[in-house]
Amino acid sequence: MVAAIARRLAGMLAVMFIVATMVFFLTRLAPGDPASLMLGDQATAADIAELRKTYGLDRPVAVQYVLWLKEIASGNLGQSIFLQRPVLQAIGERAEPTFFLALFSILIASLIGIPCGIASAVWRGRVADQTVSGSAMLAASIPSFWLGLLFIQFFAVRLGWFPVAGYGDPGADLAQRLRHLVLPAMVLGIVNSALITRFTRASMLDVLSEDFVRTARAKGLPESRIVLRHALGNALVPIITVVGLTAALLVGGAIVTETVFGLPGIGNLVVSAVLRRDYPVIQGALIVIAGIYVLINFTIDVIYTLVDPRVET
Amino acid sequence: MDPAAAKLFLDRLFRRKLVLFGAVVLLVIVIAAIAAPLIAPYSPTGMRVTQRLRPPSATNWFGTDEFGRDVLSRIIYGGRASLGIGMAVVLASMLAGTTLGLLAGYFRALDTVIMRIVDAMMSLPDILLAIFLVAVLGASAGNVVLALAIVYTPRVTRVVRGSTLVVRELPFVEAARLLGVSTPRILTVHILLNVASPILVQATFIFAYAVLAEAGLSFLGAGVPPDVPTWGTMIASGQQYADRAFWVVFFPGLAIVLAALSLQLVGDGLRDMLDPKLRKAL
Amino acid sequence: MTQPAPLLAIENLAVTFRTEAGNVTPVRGVDLAVFAGRTTALVGESGSGKSVTALAVMGLLPRASGGISGGSVRYRLKSGETSDLAKLPPEGMRRLRGREIAMIFQEPMTSLNPVLSVGEQIAEQVRHHTGTGSAAAMRRAVEMLGLVEIPDAARRAADYPHQMSGGMRQRVMIALAMSCNPRLLIADEPTTALDVTIQAQILALVDRLRREHDMGVLFITHNLGVVAEIADDVTVMYAGEAVEAAEVRTMFRDPRHPYTRALIDCLPARARTGADGRRVVSSIPGSVGAAAAAGGCKFAPRCSHAAPPCHAAHPILEPSDGGHMIRCFRWRDL
Ligand SMILES: Nc1ncnc2c1ncn2[C@@H]1O[C@H](COP(=O)(O)OP(=O)(O)OP(=O)(O)O)[C@@H](O)[C@H]1O
Ligand SMILES: [Mg+2]
Repeated sequence: MVAAIARRLAGMLAVMFIVATMVFFLTRLAPGDPASLMLGDQATAADIAELRKTYGLDRPVAVQYVLWLKEIASGNLGQSIFLQRPVLQAIGERAEPTFFLALFSILIASLIGIPCGIASAVWRGRVADQTVSGSAMLAASIPSFWLGLLFIQFFAVRLGWFPVAGYGDPGADLAQRLRHLVLPAMVLGIVNSALITRFTRASMLDVLSEDFVRTARAKGLPESRIVLRHALGNALVPIITVVGLTAALLVGGAIVTETVFGLPGIGNLVVSAVLRRDYPVIQGALIVIAGIYVLINFTIDVIYTLVDPRVET
Repeated sequence: MDPAAAKLFLDRLFRRKLVLFGAVVLLVIVIAAIAAPLIAPYSPTGMRVTQRLRPPSATNWFGTDEFGRDVLSRIIYGGRASLGIGMAVVLASMLAGTTLGLLAGYFRALDTVIMRIVDAMMSLPDILLAIFLVAVLGASAGNVVLALAIVYTPRVTRVVRGSTLVVRELPFVEAARLLGVSTPRILTVHILLNVASPILVQATFIFAYAVLAEAGLSFLGAGVPPDVPTWGTMIASGQQYADRAFWVVFFPGLAIVLAALSLQLVGDGLRDMLDPKLRKAL
Repeated sequence: MTQPAPLLAIENLAVTFRTEAGNVTPVRGVDLAVFAGRTTALVGESGSGKSVTALAVMGLLPRASGGISGGSVRYRLKSGETSDLAKLPPEGMRRLRGREIAMIFQEPMTSLNPVLSVGEQIAEQVRHHTGTGSAAAMRRAVEMLGLVEIPDAARRAADYPHQMSGGMRQRVMIALAMSCNPRLLIADEPTTALDVTIQAQILALVDRLRREHDMGVLFITHNLGVVAEIADDVTVMYAGEAVEAAEVRTMFRDPRHPYTRALIDCLPARARTGADGRRVVSSIPGSVGAAAAAGGCKFAPRCSHAAPPCHAAHPILEPSDGGHMIRCFRWRDL
């Protein structure tokens, strides 16, 4: 058990190391000198040299790389060029809407996807299955920003049920803020339900063809119990995995939706950083988001040991 | 392929009516894009200030945009860029992913390194990795292709590696090795032929994702420059008129949905047909 | 056979599956009877349709693709009434399963749910059929595990299937099957996947439970040694048909169908001593798949006694003396 966890942890570190390395060197490919970029057209050569020195840009790349790894390892993601504050702080300020958006979206996606996937597997090949599978494929074909624009037009502009955009006034209470998340969460919930539906269906089909399901039938149990207890109980592990990983990907993957709805979240931060070439913010955000994904992945592995007795404890 | 085999192939593929629907829609979209100059009723760039934001009508089926350009014509031309980029992404990621997957699956020493990098790339959401790559490469159609190809390569690598690991243990590969067939030949001929069908299925799905991702990037202003008509840039520039003229946003989006949907339907049909496990169960 | 009315009487059963290649009917013309307190062995080569027959009785054929396409499966209920299971709606069949008719499967390694403890898997059935509370049901589960000779049953009840060996799991399956005192037990090759010593224990166990509970047992096997050991009556199947049925002693003393004879000749105990002084075990040439002429006897292509009429017409299962049934044109000549 301890050895298994240690192995997973080592894997996590390896992935994070590769992400950090990738981010570092890819950023060097970028055209333009960050220092001159920051100071604008009017900067003198001396100013630029000065700034390069403060950011360590005058040192050899290898040295910069080692220093950067060291900084990350100690939890320092550097300074934003434009926001005049540490990257980590900038991300922290934007975390709330992104966190709640990911949470609500995955809840909606699971509430749609898991029951639909189960129904589709149970009634495989019948009308219910074809309807569900077709709808899932349709949902996976919808660009989230387009659905967002349609929802805004219909539910916010036309019907006035929800705010059009933003995350409320600075002083607004939590309920007020969360009202702004209803439409974007619906959009992301629908789009992401497709994956969960398909995955639930596939896992349930696998399990339903297993011998022990036939045993459960031989016991004379009602079909509902066979499906929900015996089959779902065994399909739960892969379903939890896909739900967890989808949630993790929503943290950084809601960029487009956040932009459409003008939500001041992490995705929005990344987009403005990209448009302004604020590389420290882009790099920091990538590392934080990969870190969250890796961490959730690790947590799921731990949950495995709790729901599946076959995984030795 | 002889006619009887071709007929059997098509019968299998189109056993489900939805798959047939997907194939027909896909064909229509592709032909429209290729033959755009023949089909489009107007020039995609022809501005007519007097005709700004006109609703759908007999003359402009999908209405006109903020410059008085015909939305339908722009969608037809936009398909060239959107589908072209998608196609290029598929080809590039197939090539890279297949190579890496074969190497990882066949040479144990490379496996760990390649798969760790794949894991690392897959720990980032597609769109985030894409926008980062476009940011460092610079926004252009070519770089969008490059960025998305990099984003989707890991998926192909995984599929190919998985199949390679299975196929390499099969007796005939072993036999080929014993007969002295060289490793590169074993890789390319024997294994590749056997992993071809999962790759083909994967290709259709990546095509669909790439069309969606290109639109997303263009919408964010981090993709194809706005003056090139793609379905994504059309929605991006039409966004601010959405409340007055929904059609400038609605129809390009519909084109994306139809393209992505038909690709996935065809991919699903191919998978059903090619997966022997599923075939037997039905 | 001089018993009273049988507990289970299958007549001319046919089962059809829809497959992509068209309909297949792997079972067509199975007749067999099981009596209370007795064991009927169903014998036949791999692929002859034994499991499909058992699943048809249980109403467990894959619903999407398969079903009973002919014949009857008459079962005598506790009340004495007879019910044709082939015509029973799924809901009625479900109420019989586990309570009146129980089944043990061929694959002990995969037939138990990996995420539920074995005690719970038994207790669940008890709760469902008897409505007892969970504590009482669990006590019953432990009792059953003790009955099938699992040592330290109270503690092992909390174990998961993966913590048990194949033999143990098959015992659990038997405990499960027996937990609601079924009147008919269908055991589908319960020992094939187990090693020889465990096989003997399991056979003894099933036999003991049959005696103690006056239960009818349909015991499926392809092993004639096992048949000799536990069966009272035997039905031999070939290519989806019953070809011979008799009491066990009659069957071994006086087998009449060429297939049955060949099977018995294949027993190692019957091995001839060859010219070089070694013992030669005989075998039946060909395989079940061997294509029989349409309308002819299924066994004719492999039969050393086949005559022209055997390839032309299909024999029926006809009664001989003492309840002996044979499906062969030529048994009188042999
Ligand atoms: N679901 C199904 N769909 C189609 N054909 C089936 C199905 N189940 C069984 N069959 C066919 O029915 C035939 C008999 O199978 P069955 O499992 O009853 O054999 P068996 O006598 O139990 O053999 P064994 O000793 O190997 O268990 C086989 O040819 C098999 O291919
Ligand atoms: Mg069997």
